[in-house]
Amino acid sequence: MIKIAIVGFGTVGQGFAELLIRKRKEIEKAVGKFKITAIADSKSSISGEFSPSDALKMKRETGRLRDDVSATEIVRNAEYDVLIEASVTKIGGGDGVEYIRQALKRGKHVITSNKGPIVADFDGLMKLAEKNGVKLMYEATVGGAMPVIKLARKYLALCEIESVKGIFNGTCNYILSRMEEEKLPYEQVLKEAQELGYAEADPTYDVEGIDAAMKLVIIANTIGVRARYEDVEVTGITQITPEAFQVAAEKGYTIRLIAEVSKEKLRVSPRLVPKYHPLSIRGTMNAAMFKTDTAGNIFVVGRGAGKEETASAILSDFYEIYAGSR
Amino acid sequence: MSEVLITLIVELEDRPGQLLKVLQPISALGGNIVGIIHQRGKKTPLNRLPVEISFKIDGSKVENLIKELKSLGIVIRSFNEVRLTATTSVLLIGHLIHTDISDTISSIDSDGEAECVEMHVSMPEISGPSTAIITISASGEEKLKEALEKLREVCRRKEIMIIEPVNEELI
Ligand SMILES: NC(=O)c1ccc[n+]([C@@H]2O[C@H](COP(=O)([O-])OP(=O)(O)OC[C@H]3O[C@@H](n4cnc5c(N)ncnc54)[C@H](OP(=O)(O)O)[C@@H]3O)[C@@H](O)[C@H]2O)c1
Repeated sequence: MIKIAIVGFGTVGQGFAELLIRKRKEIEKAVGKFKITAIADSKSSISGEFSPSDALKMKRETGRLRDDVSATEIVRNAEYDVLIEASVTKIGGGDGVEYIRQALKRGKHVITSNKGPIVADFDGLMKLAEKNGVKLMYEATVGGAMPVIKLARKYLALCEIESVKGIFNGTCNYILSRMEEEKLPYEQVLKEAQELGYAEADPTYDVEGIDAAMKLVIIANTIGVRARYEDVEVTGITQITPEAFQVAAEKGYTIRLIAEVSKEKLRVSPRLVPKYHPLSIRGTMNAAMFKTDTAGNIFVVGRGAGKEETASAILSDFYEIYAGSR
Repeated sequence: MSEVLITLIVELEDRPGQLLKVLQPISALGGNIVGIIHQRGKKTPLNRLPVEISFKIDGSKVENLIKELKSLGIVIRSFNEVRLTATTSVLLIGHLIHTDISDTISSIDSDGEAECVEMHVSMPEISGPSTAIITISASGEEKLKEALEKLREVCRRKEIMIIEPVNEELI
């Protein structure tokens, strides 16, 4: 029986719990029996014997869970084999770092969707996992549903990955493709994106390239380029004019926010992308292109965020831990 | 067809119509003028005016062109041919005019091995930022890289946003 604890019970945490309920049969066929033994949010929790469906209902209706036991106590004391860490992203790492450390020290596997801790202490956390003979998985931190981390670590394991170029922020990609299609100024499209729920009320984290840069740091470390957030040269999209798309189009280009890592460079910046290039995708999609020595260029594209998409990335890590070598 | 960049300095008599005499044969042979600089301060003792003309042209036509110019009695002071093998476009956004766009662009060409061969500026409002796409050609990937590095430097200083392409593996 695989025992699962979930810390952070917002969009992603709930999405994962729902997926476990909905796909129980398929999942059990692949990995064996499992059970959710604990759930925590920022101020409450539930553990022991409980029905995950009831916990979801209570959270939706009251905004909290049954008990006052804190997330920290759950991580330290509850009974589980794998911790799903889906609490809120903080740039310096936040509480997530401690949750992950504590779980790893207890010899528990960790699957996280939270970029903060992975960016803040990639090496430290990976070493800690190794030392304790457990896995730390983080597919959901980058590119939502599209496979990026396991693609690099597993399927391209013996390739030299010379560079990765990608679109890792759906908000920016949406704004840029709308500016292009409608010839509208940035501010107007941003407002539209906010109304549609594609951009936050404070869009800084997305439009200034911070989110994409954090994801780039994670990819960099994954392919063996040691990097910290400060190493990334970051330019956002706020200065882009509608005319920019027109003059670029005359030369057959569009403009996208591209995150790029190679041995020489880590940068997030708007770039000219030829219209025929696979990275010239539209809307909220994400995409990544791996340039390798032996496998040539590998390209993936998919939805970069969303409840189910992120939950599916967590589920793929879960599968990897328990059935990946089968 | 392999394109070359020619930088030609001719000495012209300082009266109307002289420049045209040089430009006509160039365009007749399919040449594409990139820049013309009158070196007004450098008049020769015979009161001739040196003019630097740069243009792109099919390399196989250069010999004929020079012959033609000579037969028209044009004094060629110097002649420099650079094979353009590397080309890229970059987009600039910012106060391009206030910050002297011709100075910005000439920054890339310090040794004649790289040149802005095409430019399109869009300036929607006088006070607002303008946008330009420029195409840079150089005698090789290395020279193109150098030119881009110089351009980045100038743009940083002038607070101009530079948007580079993703396709060319220059960076
Ligand atoms: N949404 C996506 O599409 C997506 C995609 C990829 C990655 N992610 C990442 O996944 C994580 C969760 O995202 P989300 O969209 O689910 O966010 P969310 O809806 O805001 O939920 C965040 C959850 O974390 C809990 N939390 C906040 N601070 C906490 C703390 N100190 N200790 C324990 N729990 C805490 C919150 O508790 P309360 O419920 O009590 O407020 C909430 O349950 C984030 O790191 C995010 O960057 C999200």
